[in-house]
Amino acid sequence: MTSIHIIVFLPLLAALVAGLGQRFIGAVASKTITTAGLFTASLLSWPIFIGFLNGSETAYVAPVMNWVQSGDLSFDWELRVDALTAVMLVVITTVSALVHLYSWGYMEEDPDQPRFFAYLSLFTFAMLMLVTANNLVQMFFGWEGVGLASYLLIGFWYKKPSANAAAIKAFVVNRVGDLGFMLGIFGVFWLFGTVSIPDILAAAPDKVGSSIGFLGFRVDTMSLLCILLFIGAMGKSAQLGLHTWLPDAMEGPTPVSALIHAATMVTAGVFMVCRLSPLFETSQFALDVVTIVGATTAIFAATVGLVQTDIKRVIAYSTCSQLGYMFFAAGTGAYGAAMFHLFTHAFFKALLFLGAGSVIHAMHHEQDMRYYGGLRKHIPLTFWAMMAGTLAITGVGIVGVGGFAGFYSKDAIIEAAFASHSTFHMYAFGIGVLAALLTSFYSWRLMFLTFFGTPRWAQSEHIQHAMHDHGDHDAHAHDHAHDAHGDGTAGYHPHESPLPMLIPLGVLTLGAVFAGFVFHGGFIEAETGKAFWANSTLFFNEHLMHAMHEVPLWVKLSSTVAMLTGLLVAYLMYQQSKDAPQRLASAFAPLYRFFLNKWYFDELYEAVFVRPAFWLGRLFWKQGDIGIIDRFGPNGSAAVVSFGSKLAVKMQSGYLYTYALVMLLGLVTAVSWMMVRT
Amino acid sequence: MNAADIPILSIMLAIPMVAAALCLFVRAELARPIAVGATLANFILGGVLWISYDPAGAQWQFTESAQLFGPIGWKLGIDGISLTLIMLSVFLMPICIGASWNSIQKRVGEYMAAFLLMETLMIGVFAAQDLLLFYIFFEAGLIPMYLIIGIWGGQDRIYASYKFFLYTLLGSVVMLIAMLWMIQFAGTADIPNLLNTDFPVQAQTLLWLAFFASFAVKMPMWPVHTWLPDAHVQAPTAGSVILAGVLLKMGGYGFLRFSLPMFPEASANFIPLVFGLSMVAVVYTSLVALVQQDMKKLIAYSSVAHMAIVTVGLFTFNQQGIEGAIIVMLSHGLVSGALFLCVGVIYDRLHTREISRYGGISVNMPKYALLFMLFTMASVGLPGTSGFVGEFLSLAGSYKVSTWATLIATTGIILGAGYMLYLYRRIAFGPQVNADAAAMQDIGGREMWLLAPIAIVVLWMGVYPETFLAPIRRDVATIVDRIERAAPAGDSKLMAVDPTTARFRVAHEPKKDVAEGSH
Repeated sequence: MTSIHIIVFLPLLAALVAGLGQRFIGAVASKTITTAGLFTASLLSWPIFIGFLNGSETAYVAPVMNWVQSGDLSFDWELRVDALTAVMLVVITTVSALVHLYSWGYMEEDPDQPRFFAYLSLFTFAMLMLVTANNLVQMFFGWEGVGLASYLLIGFWYKKPSANAAAIKAFVVNRVGDLGFMLGIFGVFWLFGTVSIPDILAAAPDKVGSSIGFLGFRVDTMSLLCILLFIGAMGKSAQLGLHTWLPDAMEGPTPVSALIHAATMVTAGVFMVCRLSPLFETSQFALDVVTIVGATTAIFAATVGLVQTDIKRVIAYSTCSQLGYMFFAAGTGAYGAAMFHLFTHAFFKALLFLGAGSVIHAMHHEQDMRYYGGLRKHIPLTFWAMMAGTLAITGVGIVGVGGFAGFYSKDAIIEAAFASHSTFHMYAFGIGVLAALLTSFYSWRLMFLTFFGTPRWAQSEHIQHAMHDHGDHDAHAHDHAHDAHGDGTAGYHPHESPLPMLIPLGVLTLGAVFAGFVFHGGFIEAETGKAFWANSTLFFNEHLMHAMHEVPLWVKLSSTVAMLTGLLVAYLMYQQSKDAPQRLASAFAPLYRFFLNKWYFDELYEAVFVRPAFWLGRLFWKQGDIGIIDRFGPNGSAAVVSFGSKLAVKMQSGYLYTYALVMLLGLVTAVSWMMVRT
Repeated sequence: MNAADIPILSIMLAIPMVAAALCLFVRAELARPIAVGATLANFILGGVLWISYDPAGAQWQFTESAQLFGPIGWKLGIDGISLTLIMLSVFLMPICIGASWNSIQKRVGEYMAAFLLMETLMIGVFAAQDLLLFYIFFEAGLIPMYLIIGIWGGQDRIYASYKFFLYTLLGSVVMLIAMLWMIQFAGTADIPNLLNTDFPVQAQTLLWLAFFASFAVKMPMWPVHTWLPDAHVQAPTAGSVILAGVLLKMGGYGFLRFSLPMFPEASANFIPLVFGLSMVAVVYTSLVALVQQDMKKLIAYSSVAHMAIVTVGLFTFNQQGIEGAIIVMLSHGLVSGALFLCVGVIYDRLHTREISRYGGISVNMPKYALLFMLFTMASVGLPGTSGFVGEFLSLAGSYKVSTWATLIATTGIILGAGYMLYLYRRIAFGPQVNADAAAMQDIGGREMWLLAPIAIVVLWMGVYPETFLAPIRRDVATIVDRIERAAPAGDSKLMAVDPTTARFRVAHEPKKDVAEGSH
């Protein structure tokens, strides 16, 4: 029993106690147990991470229990602790602990809080199992476990049909990715005879250049396996094609979005590629696919994020886009940079989501930014936290001096893409810069629409509701809803969130400001990074990290220029001019609609997969089973043996006797025949 | 006391038989306790069986032998595979009796007698070591099932039992003829002896087809599956549990006990047929399950899809595939049994199987919703539940044989998630549109006692399947050894290529390897 066992299994224990025992121990105890469990796990995780950073820890595998042993296939429950795990441990436990705390405030009025906290802890357990996996099957266990928790939490408000639909969509779309993951595991087992990650990584280089049969084709072995596994990563990390579930997942409570759909679960795909990076290094083709998918997702999601009006959806597309960055970093060989961005992104994106939650909380569940405005003065602490998050995500900093978290990690990715020698590195670089511009634009757009300008709350139905409810108690306020004040506030006074929500915002703000500055040495500097990652399975390309620093100055400045341009355009459009957005939207109407409708992916899938599935199901049932099989099978034979059904109707179990008779006759014949013979 | 000295299998066959006879002559109030007592006694004996079974011991244990009449011998004995399936039967039986406690009010004594008789016959199927004895148990097992559907069934019970009859009759007749031929050829009806008899390859084809006719119906495989949805829909809850839980496993057991080890060459030749039908079944029946409006029909169709994974696993000719198939059988027995019980719970309250009559019952039935969710997840094969271990091993095994079959069969994990979550959503989530559904009571103590044990075993099998793999390991290895000579090559065939000439070699791949992949 080591601290890693406690870190992983304490959340599970807390989830079981809170979930199954809530009726006995009550809501407050359930919340306390889960939250305390996560803070304990977090406190135990940081020393492990620091230990790997300063070189006092080395990688090890802590056994738990046997799992499956079937012929030459065997895999056990075991916890792998190395530098890569340590990074994920601190990210998961810290964000999860803060989200637990935050939920005390955010979910305060919900009648079903123990269930919520139990799900959060259950999720954390599954995620920890994923990152501590030493074999692909345990990773898949965690993979599916987080999928289950995500499904349960997206659908937490299960009376809402939209939440249920989003939950099912998330699960099913992820399963499409899982199909690839499973086939990948099967292929790996077939090829290497093991599913143990270190064994696979050690054996992979020997198979370079070999070919394998698949679906009747002959393909490059390592490319096939890497791409199958990567399809799994695409599903979990919402990459282009399998991304459609992520924006809908915003139906879940906002703390869930922060924990699962920003900081941890959606990064599992990136983690997987980094965990298996020596495997991916054996196939340039697979790396090219990773690069292209990542870069294309980065730009796709950014374009959609430009025009969304729901504050959570903007951040969701932003997440999708940032995950694209992480993937193309991995694809161009900069796994350290990918993990670094994963690390910083976890803090600033969780911060942005929790900040958005604080805004939504203050605005009485209104999520449409068109009905925000001028909130800076009413919820100043939330404003400053969101500001820190925005500065971090847009990568504000001065080359050679320092900056916010995203400045270190995102710029490292863009520079590494430029410096890399992989086939599509310039595609990734160009898109990285362009997407940085768009990121800056939509992030500042969010800030301007929410916190600056004048209040536009009066049109909000949620605010009107709030004022009506309020009016029931206060007869003098009955006309507030119709904006008697004339200042757009409808008389509504947003309040700053309670302390349990503000503390996590404060802690994450520290992360968004300092995480890049403090930790970039360990993650991406050639020497220190090499020492750090040596204790893990991550393939650390120190030459690339060197080359990254040697890129021309214009490359280093390009992302800063992109960031400033985005800020300027957002400022001009949403601060200076009042009608520029409308004018632009009508001037580029087709493009605007294309972005607004998310490139029509949902419509396409609905038409190509969902409706045909139901149509085929009905066809097979009505025409296949009933129309053909039954007609020419049992019903048809009944017509031949015409007495059949009539007899049956008359004597309930007529067939029984017939059957017993036939069976008996058969037996008697058989027995007598054999007796005669012997 | 040495357990091997007492004829424990005969006792396990006799207890339900005697209890069944008793039930026929007593009042309902007495019949129920007698049935519960007998099934629990058998469950305890099953536990004794499990504990005293030595996985490293003789292949056939607890053997008994006595001459019956004529050439039919009373030969019993089990290996690990039989053991696990007997355990499944004796585990589910008390639960079935418990599930019928209140819902059956008509002719209770006869109902209990039918169930107890069925238990005897089920155990007999898995324990018989004489071919004709097996045949008797195998075919007679359907008689109590007919009665259960035909007397205690729903509206269209006649049509359902008639379909059941037509399908099974055809299969059983040809199987009997094949059995007689085999006995004549080998000069013995002793199954362990027959397992070591090498039948001529030409004869194997016909024999295999004859057995296939019977087992494919029992499985059921597409396209001879249409009796199953009707039978399930019409059967009372406990009937569905036994049907899905144990009777569907007899087909798989038959393939494993007879088709594979007795006709290895024919089995290998028919892999394309079996895989083809299984691939169709996974996609076809999953899609059909998606559009069902009737809860029981939906779960029945999902059973066909799951059984297709079993047939794929069995015909992989390797350890993972076959062990996986057995675990799928056990898991499906538990999970679909539990799902039918879950349906029964709400059917008892609202008396309709129509999905749209429910909705939002998580609010008023939280305990039920939790258990139902667990079984739903086990059905979609979530890791950590029994469903995953079996599916994973079967498909890992099938990858060694055919990547096509694996790909198509694995799409079942997507479709399965689709229809099960859609079902769950319509029943447990959403707004409470039906007032009567919203007023239903959460599950009580009796129902908890039925479902909770299954839930525990489902998780146990998912987290620590070694308990269930250990007894079957050696017996599966025996079968794999026996059929190895006919094992298919597989379509993945690795071709090591010198890195320096990799490009050249891949471009000039000989045609035959490509062709191998396309069966």
